[in-house]
Amino acid sequence: MHNPATLSLRSLIKRFGAVTATDDLSLKVAAGELHAIIGPNGAGKSTLIAQIAGELPSTSGDVLLDGQSVTALNAPARSLLGLARSFQITSLCNGFTARANVALAAQAHAGHSFRFWRSAANDSALLAAADAALAKVGLAARAETLAGALAHGEQRQLELAIALATRPRMLMLDEPMAGMSKEDSARMTDLLASLKKTCTILLVEHDMDAVFALADRVSVLVYGRCIATGTPSEIRESASVRQAYLGEDAEATT
Amino acid sequence: MNSVVTKMDRLGHRETVAIAVLFVALAAFPLVANWLDSPYLIRVATRILVFAIAAVSLDLILGFGGMVSFGHAAYVGVAAYVVAILSFHATNDPFTVWGISFTGTHSALIAWPAAILCSSLTALVVGAIALRTTGVYFIMITLAFAQMIYFLFMSLQQYGADEGLALAQRSDLAGLSLGNRATMYYVVLTALGLVLLVLYRLVRSKFGMVLRGCQQNERRMRAIGFKTYRYKLTAFVISGAIAGLSGVLLVNNEAFVSTADLHWLRSADLLIMVILGGAASLFGPLVGALLWVCLEFVLEGLTPHWHMILGPILILVVLYARRGVWGWLATERAGHA
Amino acid sequence: MGALLIVEQILNGIQLGVTLFLMAAGLTLIFGIMNMINLAHGSLFTIGAYLLVTFQKLTGSFVLGLALAVPAAALFGVLLEVVLVRKLYTRDHLDQSLATIGLILLFNEGVRFLWGKFPLGVTLPDVLAGSVEIVPGSAYPAFRLLVIAIGIAVAVGLWLLVAKTRIGMLVRAGASDREMTQMLGINVKRLYTIVFALGTALAGLAGAMAAPIVGVQSGMGDGVLILTLVVIVIGGTGSIRGAFIAALVVGLFDTFGRVLLPAAVASMAIYILMAAVLVWRPEGLFGVRA
Repeated sequence: MHNPATLSLRSLIKRFGAVTATDDLSLKVAAGELHAIIGPNGAGKSTLIAQIAGELPSTSGDVLLDGQSVTALNAPARSLLGLARSFQITSLCNGFTARANVALAAQAHAGHSFRFWRSAANDSALLAAADAALAKVGLAARAETLAGALAHGEQRQLELAIALATRPRMLMLDEPMAGMSKEDSARMTDLLASLKKTCTILLVEHDMDAVFALADRVSVLVYGRCIATGTPSEIRESASVRQAYLGEDAEATT
Repeated sequence: MNSVVTKMDRLGHRETVAIAVLFVALAAFPLVANWLDSPYLIRVATRILVFAIAAVSLDLILGFGGMVSFGHAAYVGVAAYVVAILSFHATNDPFTVWGISFTGTHSALIAWPAAILCSSLTALVVGAIALRTTGVYFIMITLAFAQMIYFLFMSLQQYGADEGLALAQRSDLAGLSLGNRATMYYVVLTALGLVLLVLYRLVRSKFGMVLRGCQQNERRMRAIGFKTYRYKLTAFVISGAIAGLSGVLLVNNEAFVSTADLHWLRSADLLIMVILGGAASLFGPLVGALLWVCLEFVLEGLTPHWHMILGPILILVVLYARRGVWGWLATERAGHA
Repeated sequence: MGALLIVEQILNGIQLGVTLFLMAAGLTLIFGIMNMINLAHGSLFTIGAYLLVTFQKLTGSFVLGLALAVPAAALFGVLLEVVLVRKLYTRDHLDQSLATIGLILLFNEGVRFLWGKFPLGVTLPDVLAGSVEIVPGSAYPAFRLLVIAIGIAVAVGLWLLVAKTRIGMLVRAGASDREMTQMLGINVKRLYTIVFALGTALAGLAGAMAAPIVGVQSGMGDGVLILTLVVIVIGGTGSIRGAFIAALVVGLFDTFGRVLLPAAVASMAIYILMAAVLVWRPEGLFGVRA
């Protein structure tokens, strides 16, 4: 029996004038898999995420979610179909509390919001969902703090909580550990490991420890092209990958 | 039970006191004016309250939605003109188009909803186009559309153009005599109170949260699944409707409407009232309207060239008192910068 | 409509277009390099016209008056930038709009204070006051042809500026990033002052050239400002080429609209055009997607 991949990218191309950021990229992420994308800076990883999320229209190619084409859909529509993402550069509603940020995400997936009278603060279902997501990422104690006042590591956790609150089929994380301390990164890695069973994840990361600890499969992106896909050990052993990416720091990572 | 937005959305102690004092003072004002033997001040105060309603409607989309609408006077003016035109045709010949005759009406029950509907439709059309853009474009487009509406009414010679149209007869609102200064004042004050109550609830509702989220980070809102355009457009239309309410009250207070009410400098007045009073506060625009009209009143008495003083005052406010009066008052409220 | 009339209206349209281009180019430079919205640009147009009147009266010559008015406008721009405008670069567009509206109030009343509230006129020297027979049997005002010529000359000059200089490179790159500009080895403070002064000079020139045609009075620049904004919206912010093409389009469209359409619709026509362009391309014809 062949299950359709949760996420399927077919010949995705993105050109900005004369620059080709995504160069005929095809990829499949199987259900329940944690698929990591690595690559040197400027490889086009964030562009790719933006294309998959629907923020950036592709020049050509297709994006399929559970076998269904979402290429024509915009970002909100894809989110409603179960495609959640976190941002590489933290992007929150800084004037709202952590809980409010997460509750809004839950609210977006709980029908329309053309409700003008009753206070949003009275919806216990939304609050419960928000608190659950916050607890999962370890931010329960900071629920009442304004997002803008959180520490950097906490904000990255909040990004994840927001994505989780939308109960996604497919979770795309763009460098969730960016700028985090070693302890925070380790905690985030454990968190992601615990999510693996319930969620399909596409992870863009520079932190090699995390990648090799978490990933079922890894794809390597260089200049918008996928030059290799395989298990972490296959990638680690690949000469072409070494040269393109791991090459400069000759010492192999753990 | 802890609220979603906790401290942030509760009014601080200072604010609550200020609001209470304000409304008591407003309610008592006609009595004070009569005691001072200056009943014409009631008419002036009513005008301030009418502008306050328009300014509050602007604050909804500006302070809470981040939409810098530069042509807001257009929605006020459209409603004012609809009432005046309907009244005109009730007194004079009926309005004939394509062989069908419409007699006008003085009845508020028909004219006022019709006027507010027209304002809302105008806001819908302008918003539908303008909200496809952001930033500088949005400012310029709303300004340009307001200018277009100004020219539209300038071209209606039969309704006075820039010489204006006198209101043939004040609207018949459930038998109330709107010609009576005090009655008109209390009608407007009640309307203002209702508008503030509705908007107070609205900004804390689910819709309000989406709107405020869009102001802070629209990209984030779209990423979690909100079709932001439709929410912003809805807010824009609601704002236009409330501005329309201001318009019907304006024309009934002044018994007159002219294209000056549609001029982009009037739109600028509304923006200034919001900023002067404090954006994103709802009550701030009321204070701003009060301050701005009083300022004009005082300066006009000093010199015919009072704009030369008003201009620099505005510049100084923008540079050094940007959060407005209410912003200064509400410093204890977390999270509103 | 006879061929003669068509030619005349085309020229009128180009003349209006050229005036709008001078305004739009200045605004778009200021916006493109400093990310600053300047609503007082229309008042600078007005001030240019008043400066011409004064200098012409002082020197007794229109040409000398013009030659003095434009640099004077530029100097005024320098003063304005140093005293106020530079404080606004870091503010958001709403703040800039409100502050420059304050300037409009100040300037529009200021000219009334200095020059009185009655409209003033500008008399042209005989050589410019006559007509030219472009098409046999017609008589088209020579001065309007001069306006067109000067406008095209400025357009060429700006094109050279944008295509051949480092400042121009910034405009083309849409660079309103202070740090990036500094990294190119350019003195940012001085650059901004020069750009603002240039924009002011262009507005002043436009106003001075319009003075003999429409007369001089306070507020004459307000309507021009809004038309200029329409030009920028249609052409796309930050694009000089867009400003030129859009200005000509707007100039011709407005001119022919007034001739062909009933009065009521004519004034609105240009805004309907703007709306149509926006529905099709929200960033303008030559705009860069943000």
